[in-house]
Amino acid sequence: MISLSDIPARGGSPFTRSMGLFVLLLLTAPFWLEPIGLYQYLGMEIAIWILFALGFNLLFGYAGLHSFGHGAYLGIGAYAFGLFQQNVTLNLWGGLLAAIAAATLAGAIVGAFVSHRRGIYFALMTIAFGQVFWFAAIKLHSVTGGEDGLLGIPRPNLVVGPLKLDISDNRTLYWFVTIVLLVAVLALWRLVNAPFGRVLQAIRQNETRARFVGYNVWLIKWLTFVVSAGFAGLAGGLFAMAQESAYPDVMSLHQSGLIVMMVLVGGGLVSFWGPVFGVLLYFIARDIIGGLTETWLLWFGLMFVIMVMVRPEGLAGLFHVLRTCLPPGPRKAVGPAAHPGRA
Amino acid sequence: MTLFKARNIQKRFGARVVLENISLSVEEGTVHGIMGPNGAGKTTCFHVLTGFYPPDDGRITFEGHDITGRKPHQIARLGISRSFQIMNLFDDTVVIENVILALPDFRALSFNVTRNVFDDITLVDRALEVLDRVGLADRAWQKAASLSYGNRRALEIAVALAADPRIVFLDEPTSGLGAEATLRLMELIRNLREAYTIVIIEHDMRFLFELADTISVIHWGQVIAEDTPAALRANKWVARSALGDVA
Ligand SMILES: Nc1ncnc2c1ncn2[C@@H]1O[C@H](COP(=O)(O)OP(=O)(O)OP(=O)(O)O)[C@@H](O)[C@H]1O
Ligand SMILES: [Mg+2]
Repeated sequence: MISLSDIPARGGSPFTRSMGLFVLLLLTAPFWLEPIGLYQYLGMEIAIWILFALGFNLLFGYAGLHSFGHGAYLGIGAYAFGLFQQNVTLNLWGGLLAAIAAATLAGAIVGAFVSHRRGIYFALMTIAFGQVFWFAAIKLHSVTGGEDGLLGIPRPNLVVGPLKLDISDNRTLYWFVTIVLLVAVLALWRLVNAPFGRVLQAIRQNETRARFVGYNVWLIKWLTFVVSAGFAGLAGGLFAMAQESAYPDVMSLHQSGLIVMMVLVGGGLVSFWGPVFGVLLYFIARDIIGGLTETWLLWFGLMFVIMVMVRPEGLAGLFHVLRTCLPPGPRKAVGPAAHPGRA
Repeated sequence: MTLFKARNIQKRFGARVVLENISLSVEEGTVHGIMGPNGAGKTTCFHVLTGFYPPDDGRITFEGHDITGRKPHQIARLGISRSFQIMNLFDDTVVIENVILALPDFRALSFNVTRNVFDDITLVDRALEVLDRVGLADRAWQKAASLSYGNRRALEIAVALAADPRIVFLDEPTSGLGAEATLRLMELIRNLREAYTIVIIEHDMRFLFELADTISVIHWGQVIAEDTPAALRANKWVARSALGDVA
């Protein structure tokens, strides 16, 4: 069995083959999306969901804290971005910061309530809080626009120093989203490969043991919740820009379930990249199976069930099995080989 | 010098009084044994002393400081380590990481995000030293879950030692082991005597009488006797009870 806790052969260097492939796909997408019959907007949607999913997996896969209400922070980010543009000033960075700040704050409050829990209680409480936010979004009509949400959220210009760039068309916005995503991926990569990431995983494996070797488990769980909510907020801000609107459905229970499903199907429990596979699979299913039949979600759900039954480690686990079945190539080394100077 | 002291500890779960009145006093550099029948409250006592449960009454002091009601991580950071009767390891990862996670120098880095986990070769060295102590150095890079039961017991002790403790609480470290593995672990614990202050719950009387400087007998949540092994052997009450049949 592989596990997230395997020690990466290359230490924490981000220069891995997977990272290379990921960057390559992101940077070339605008050139092949349309030729293969897809569309620009899809690339952006996928990139935003990857950001959401990777941030979510810090909590779900790494810390083993099963939040089923994470859509809330995506939604809060989206609303915060929209409200900032409409009520404060038209500014890209300001809006994104507002999105991160609002989601982080919400995460900090909810995190304070849920961090002494784990398992089913943790899950139920995250759902409950998620529903509270969703309900608030619908009921606070004067702020959130109720069921319709905030409409006509603009895509502000990108201003970097003296540089001013119009990013309102899908293709340029995609480039912007991609750059944000890459920065976020590098940050997350750093996080999980640093001592902090290993401590998170220690807490997942055995909270009691972690406590008795001196870790402030509550604080670390809370912090993870907050960081993960912050990433969701950033994704939400970008989502509001992509959709040019923010509405209650963004933070619905359905959305929260979707991200769990993506992460599980993709293999977030065994691989950093698992959530990426999950997001890709979902959108491929939606756009390709969805083109053939309206009941595509049924098929995707069925795929989910089969996956959980035969390969609970998800696509990433499947790829691992396929790779290890092939004739021996350079294998991932776990152990002294990975540590120069150790024999 | 008295390193660790508990006075009149009481612990109830609902209406059930599990610890009626426990007082212990552990001298620095000694081995303090704890024995008593199943269900006597020995593990609960360890749980209270190490912060897992707050006591309902009583006071706990370590090096003269009151630590009553402190959280497990706070107590652990003072240099109070423990092992568990039911094993508690980090099973998804390799043996050496179990130990590294417990090193205070690694813990100090727990909010660090700029370096890589195993960058610091001195941490790896330090962990290997600890593993060597319990005879697991050559298994350092195996998955913890793949170890034999006996080796897992040894690793449980290594994790407790990694914290560089002032005092170590061991809860039935040999429980569930076969004869041979038990002997090996007993040998290991004997060797720890020199370096650590130890409080140990142990069912094997012969072993405990040979190992301990002082023994507390716990029954019905109370310390019914506390003395040196020699004096306990002479104690009629203990000798007559089912516990004393080593005498
Ligand atoms: N959380 C709890 N809630 C209620 N009762 C408990 C709890 N923990 C322990 N007990 C009870 O307290 C009593 C003492 O348990 P404890 O585990 O401390 O015994 P022990 O001396 O360690 O026994 P053993 O030798 O079998 O390990 C038992 O009767 C147990 O059922
Ligand atoms: Mg016990």
